[in-house]
Amino acid sequence: MANNKVIENIVENKYKHGFVTDIEQEQFDPGLDEDVIIRISKRKGEPEFLKNWRLKAFSQWRNMKEPSWQHLKYHPINYQDISYFAAPKNQKDAPKSLDEVDPKLLETYDKLGIPLHERARLAGVAVDAVFDSVSVATTFKEKLSEAGVIFCPFSDAVKKYPEKIEQYLGSVVPQRDNFFAALNSAVFSDGSFVYIPKGVRCPMELSTYFRINANNTGQFERTLIIADEDSHVSYLEGCTAPMRDENQLHAAVVELVALDNAEIKYSTVQNWYPGDENGIGGIYNFVTKRGDCRGKNSKISWTQVETGSAITWKYPSCVLRGENSIGEFYSVALTNNYQQADTGTKMIHIGKNTSSTIISKGISAGFGENSYRGLVKVLPTANNARNYTQCDSLLLGNKCSANTFPYIEAKNNSSKIEHEASTSKISEDQLFYCRQRGLSEEDSVNLIVNGFCKDVFKKLPMEFAVEAQNLLNVSLEGAIG
Amino acid sequence: MIEIKNLTVTVNNKKILDKLNLTVGNGEIHAIMGPNGSGKSTLGQVIAGKDGYEVASGSIKLEGKNLLSLTPEERSLAGIFLGFQYPIEIPGVNNAYLLKAALNAQRVSRNEKEIDAFDFMTLIKDKMKLMQIPETFLSRSVNEGFSGGEKKRNEILQMLILQPKLCILDETDSGLDVDALKVVSSGIKSISNNKRSIILITHYERLLKLVEPDFVHVLSDGKIVKSGNKDLAHELDAKGYDWVK
Ligand SMILES: Nc1ncnc2c1ncn2[C@@H]1O[C@H](COP(=O)(O)OP(=O)(O)OP(=O)(O)O)[C@@H](O)[C@H]1O
Ligand SMILES: [Mg+2]
Repeated sequence: MANNKVIENIVENKYKHGFVTDIEQEQFDPGLDEDVIIRISKRKGEPEFLKNWRLKAFSQWRNMKEPSWQHLKYHPINYQDISYFAAPKNQKDAPKSLDEVDPKLLETYDKLGIPLHERARLAGVAVDAVFDSVSVATTFKEKLSEAGVIFCPFSDAVKKYPEKIEQYLGSVVPQRDNFFAALNSAVFSDGSFVYIPKGVRCPMELSTYFRINANNTGQFERTLIIADEDSHVSYLEGCTAPMRDENQLHAAVVELVALDNAEIKYSTVQNWYPGDENGIGGIYNFVTKRGDCRGKNSKISWTQVETGSAITWKYPSCVLRGENSIGEFYSVALTNNYQQADTGTKMIHIGKNTSSTIISKGISAGFGENSYRGLVKVLPTANNARNYTQCDSLLLGNKCSANTFPYIEAKNNSSKIEHEASTSKISEDQLFYCRQRGLSEEDSVNLIVNGFCKDVFKKLPMEFAVEAQNLLNVSLEGAIG
Repeated sequence: MIEIKNLTVTVNNKKILDKLNLTVGNGEIHAIMGPNGSGKSTLGQVIAGKDGYEVASGSIKLEGKNLLSLTPEERSLAGIFLGFQYPIEIPGVNNAYLLKAALNAQRVSRNEKEIDAFDFMTLIKDKMKLMQIPETFLSRSVNEGFSGGEKKRNEILQMLILQPKLCILDETDSGLDVDALKVVSSGIKSISNNKRSIILITHYERLLKLVEPDFVHVLSDGKIVKSGNKDLAHELDAKGYDWVK
C-alpha cells in the first residue's frame, strides 16, 4: 500500500505536465453564478452536453432550500463566499519538509503506523519521490487494462468516454435530488470513474490511492461506478490518515450502477479534520451516495467507517430495482468532542424478492452527537421484500448523545421487516474486567469499542480493517477520564 | 504477601466490610467462607480496585506496598488476579486477543519483550489442554455465550497465563460439575507454589478437599468472625453458619 501512494504522486506529477494551462488565475474569485459555471466547464474542456447539464443543475439548485430536518447544528453557509474552481495546487505553497508540518498531524500519522516516507505526501509536502516504483504503477494499470477495466479521474473520463458519462451521470442521483446534490451537479470538481465490463471480475481492489491525480479532487467530488452484467468490483475510498485540507464544505456525490448479476462493494474510511477539542473548525461533510441495483440478482454493499469531519450528513443508499437484488449497509460512526453525525441509509425495495441488511454502530464520546437515520421503503411491486436492521449505539461519558430515527414505509403485505435497536453506556464491569487483567483504561476502552464494531469491521477488506481499528483508537483519545 | 488492616468499606453509606483484618503469607492458601451477602465478593473487588466502593478506613498492603492508591491495572501489574464470581461477556472482543494483550501488558511492565504470536499460541494451547477448553474458544468473544462452567474454566486459564502473585478466586468452584471441579482444582494446584498466595472464596468443602487450604476464615456481616484450618470447613459444611455468627 505504502509505495503505491508514492507512485501515485509520481504519476500525478507527470499528469500535471500534460495539463494544458491557460494563463487564467489559479483560483476563481469567490461567488457562484451562471458565468462561473460556464468558466468551470470551459477550464475543464468539457463537451457541450456537460456544460448544459451543469447549468440545468444550477438553475434547479437556485430554487432549492438547504435541508433543515437533520439533527445537526451549524452556522449558515454563505455559498457566495466559496471559490468554485482551483487549478491543481502549486507545489510552491506546499510545506518544504516535514519540519513545517503541524506536529499534531505527524503525531497522528505515527499512531496510525503510517510509514515515514508516506507521511510527507499526506501532509502535502512537495516531495520529489525517489522510489523506483513507477513500474508498480504501470503493472497496476496494465493489469486493469488487460481486464478491460476503466479506472480514471472523472475529468479524464469526460474526455475519453463521453457517451458513458452522458448515459449514466445523474441516472442514480438526479440533479434535484437534494440541495447538496444539486450544488455538486452544478460545480463538481473531479473524482473517479470506474467501468467494469461484462463478465469481468476486477482483478484487484480499486483504491483511490491508485487514482492518478488524487490530490485536489476538491470539495465537490463526483464519482461514478458502473458494473456491467456479471461483473464484480470492490472499491476503497479514502484514507485513514488525515489529509491537509483547507475547504470547510464538502459536498460529494457518488453514483453506483449494478447491472444484471453484478456486484459492487464500496468501502469508505473517512477521517477528515473533525475540528479541535472545543469544536472550532473541521469539515462539513454533506455527501450523497446512492447505488442502483438496476439488474436482476445484482448486489451493492456499502461499508463505512466515519470518524472524521465536524459534521457528517450522509446516507449511502440502495435502490433495489432488479429482481432478487441485494442491498447492504454496514456503518461505524464515531463522534468525539463536538462532532456531529447524522448518518444512515435508505433501502428502496422496488423489485421482487429484494433484500437488504443494515448494521449501524454509533459511538458517541465527549459532547458528540450521533444520529442514525434510516429509511426502509417497500413499494407495492416488491413482493417478498426482506429487510433486517440492527442499530446499536454506545455512549462514552454522559455529555454525549445518540438518537435513532428509523422510518419504515411498507406498501406490500408480503414484506418482512425486522428492526433491532439498542443504546448502552460503555459498561463499567467490562472496563474493570479488562483493567483487572492489566490493560490500561484507554486500551480497555479501545478494546471494548472495537469489539462493539466487529460486525462492521469484518466487512472491510483486510488491510483496511486494521487501519480502521487504529483509527478508531486515535479518534477516541481523551474520550474517557 | 497481603496485609489487610481494619478495612471498613461502604457503598452508599451502607457498611459492607467492617474493620476487617486479614494477612496472607507467601505461598499460603486461605479459604474465605460465609453466608450470602456477607461481603466476600466485595473484599475481592476492593482488593482489585473496583470503583464504587468507599474505603472509609484501613489499609491494604501488597508486599508492603500500599494498594489503595493504585488503579486496577496497576494492582493487576503488581500481581493481583481476581477470578470473578460472574465473569462478564465482552461481545466482539476475541478471547485470545484479550489474553495476549493482558499478558503483554504484564510483560511490558516487567520490562520484558512482548511475546511473539507463535510462542503465545504454544503457551495458550498447552494451558487450554490442561483446562480442557477446546481450541475453538480462542476465536470466540470473551465469555460470550460461554456456559457457567466454561466461564469459570476460562478464568483459571487466564490466571495460568498471567501467573499472578496473589490469586483471588471468587466462587470459581460454583456451578461446576464433578469433572470440571477436578479440572479447575488441578489448574489451581498447578500454579500453587511456595511463593504464590491464593485466596479461595467458596461455599463448598468439596473444593477444599481438592485444594487444601492452610487457613479457613468465616466472613459474616463484613467481619471475619472465625478462623481455623481445613477442619473448620468440614464443620461448616455439616453445621451451617448459625453457630459462628
Ligand atoms: N454496588 C453495591 N450497591 C449496593 N449494595 C452492594 C453493592 N455491592 C455489594 N453490595 C451489598 O453488599 C453486601 C455484600 O455483597 P457481596 O457480593 O460482597 O456478598 P458475598 O459475600 O459475595 O455474597 P455471595 O455469597 O452471595 O456471593 C450485599 O448485601 C450486597 O447487596
Ligand atoms: Mg460473592
